Amino acid sequence: MHKIETKEINLHYGNFHALKGINLVAKENTVTALIGPSGCGKSTYLRLFNRMNDLIDNVEISGQVLVDGEDIYGRKVQVDDLRKKVGMVFQKPNPFPKSIYENVAYGLRVNGINDKKFIEERVVSSLEQAALWEEVKDKLNKSAFELSGGQQQRLCIARALAVQPSVLLMDEPASALDPLSTSKIEELIHTLKKDYTIIIVTHNMQQAGRVSDYTAFFYMGTLVEFNETKIIFTNPKNIQTQNYITGRFG
Amino acid sequence: MKISINQRKRYTQNIAFWIFRLLSFMVVAILFIILCFLIYNGIKVISWDFLTQMPEDGMTKGGIYPAIIGTLCLIAGSMVFAFPVGVLSAIYMNEYASDGWIKKLLNQMTSNLAGIPSIVFGLFGMALFVNKFGFGDSILAGSLTLGLMVLPVIIRTTEEALKAVNDTFRHASLALGSSKWQTTRRVVLPMAFPNIITGVILSIGRVSGETAPILFTVAAYFLPRLPHGIFDQVMALPYHLYVIITSGTNIEESRPIAYGTALVLITIVLIMNLIANAFRRYFGKKVKMN
Ligand SMILES: Nc1ncnc2c1ncn2[C@@H]1O[C@H](COP(=O)(O)OP(=O)(O)OP(=O)(O)O)[C@@H](O)[C@H]1O
Ligand SMILES: [Mg+2]
Repeated sequence: MHKIETKEINLHYGNFHALKGINLVAKENTVTALIGPSGCGKSTYLRLFNRMNDLIDNVEISGQVLVDGEDIYGRKVQVDDLRKKVGMVFQKPNPFPKSIYENVAYGLRVNGINDKKFIEERVVSSLEQAALWEEVKDKLNKSAFELSGGQQQRLCIARALAVQPSVLLMDEPASALDPLSTSKIEELIHTLKKDYTIIIVTHNMQQAGRVSDYTAFFYMGTLVEFNETKIIFTNPKNIQTQNYITGRFG
Repeated sequence: MKISINQRKRYTQNIAFWIFRLLSFMVVAILFIILCFLIYNGIKVISWDFLTQMPEDGMTKGGIYPAIIGTLCLIAGSMVFAFPVGVLSAIYMNEYASDGWIKKLLNQMTSNLAGIPSIVFGLFGMALFVNKFGFGDSILAGSLTLGLMVLPVIIRTTEEALKAVNDTFRHASLALGSSKWQTTRRVVLPMAFPNIITGVILSIGRVSGETAPILFTVAAYFLPRLPHGIFDQVMALPYHLYVIITSGTNIEESRPIAYGTALVLITIVLIMNLIANAFRRYFGKKVKMN
């Protein structure tokens, strides 16, 4: 069974056909990169998996999105539960105006966990997983806004990890960061792959090549080509894919 | 002498800035003059007794204690009603209602409510709270009437405060599996709170200053004792002021008392503003640090 699968997904924003019949699968503990020119539907597609598109008015979705074989748009699915299982990291670091500690603890608290000891352990382990612990262990009660942009983004990753999802969605997680912070995030993605299934949107071809096992090339709402990253970057079958990765458009 | 286009630009800019600067100074100056005028004329009568004694001799002597207490009661009463109702409706309109006709209608109604003259609120309050509900002339009827009047102010400022909270924070919270209400309560409201307080400041100013809404619903002409409950009438500063100015038997003698009363009224509003500002700064900090 695949960890994630979409079958014939069509999505409309009002009259605008944003996703056109997308079929795609991702295996457990792999990294899939979504690439393609601006406006081709990468973010829209990513938001299917934690149903963040539900927040937008006038969205129509048809087809199936399966996580662990279950249709997440099915009647029985509680969106809150789904979002615990499928975490998300956004393009711009967006920590809450709370302390570093409370940022990571937030997801646990809203899910009804009050055990202080448990929360503390989870905060520490999440910060460790996000490779941030060493830098913040002495200032856990300081405001998250006092961290640098790159640290804030790793804090957001720790915040997402704290609720122990099994899938991690990342929408251009490093595009607002400097090169050093970017490489830290990329290393992090490498290590997180052991425990999570990751889908990452990126505009950076080198990044897609470095971090992902599979790559999906989107163009104007269609999935043009999907294959192992090696193959997409060395031997793409589609001329559009080839043009895009060699920088001839997009 | 020829002046270059750049010099011309700079001249026009400087002239414009000076005009703006003058105008903004004028605002400050006007406020300052009003304050000085009141202090100059009113400070003579201000004393501990003036603040803590009942009025005497057809309100030409004695203090304004019951009017001060009455106004404080009305501020508290109207806020107890208008603050939760206003904030909750703003939360509903901004966080829950989707962009449909219900939201449009609510918005339109809020604007209409804001446009109603205060004397009409007075009339409405009398008809509904005093007569229909049978509260009589009372703190309850007056507070509800004043509360209705300032509801739009609180709704609008709360809405603005909520809108100022960037959606990325809502999304981050929802993406962690929290409900809309948890997101609102734990993330959005704390961030919006300092600005919501602004609405309260503005409405306290209006509540303590308006005469028309309390005229037929609560204000007593002369009542030299304190209220025992929410069904009692009270004196209130703005109405008391009106009474002393217009219907005193001895205008000469009561004029200083009028200025003194006005000074007390202004001071109460200023103190409320200071308290609310301190509150805002405290919570503003807490939101950042926490
Ligand atoms: N809320 C919305 N309402 C209407 N149309 C939308 C909405 N969000 C996105 N779109 C449209 O859907 C298309 C896909 O948008 P999406 O954000 O998924 O693109 P993207 O591939 O992530 O682009 P980028 O690389 O710039 O982030 C775009 O044409 C966009 O204009
Ligand atoms: Mg995008």
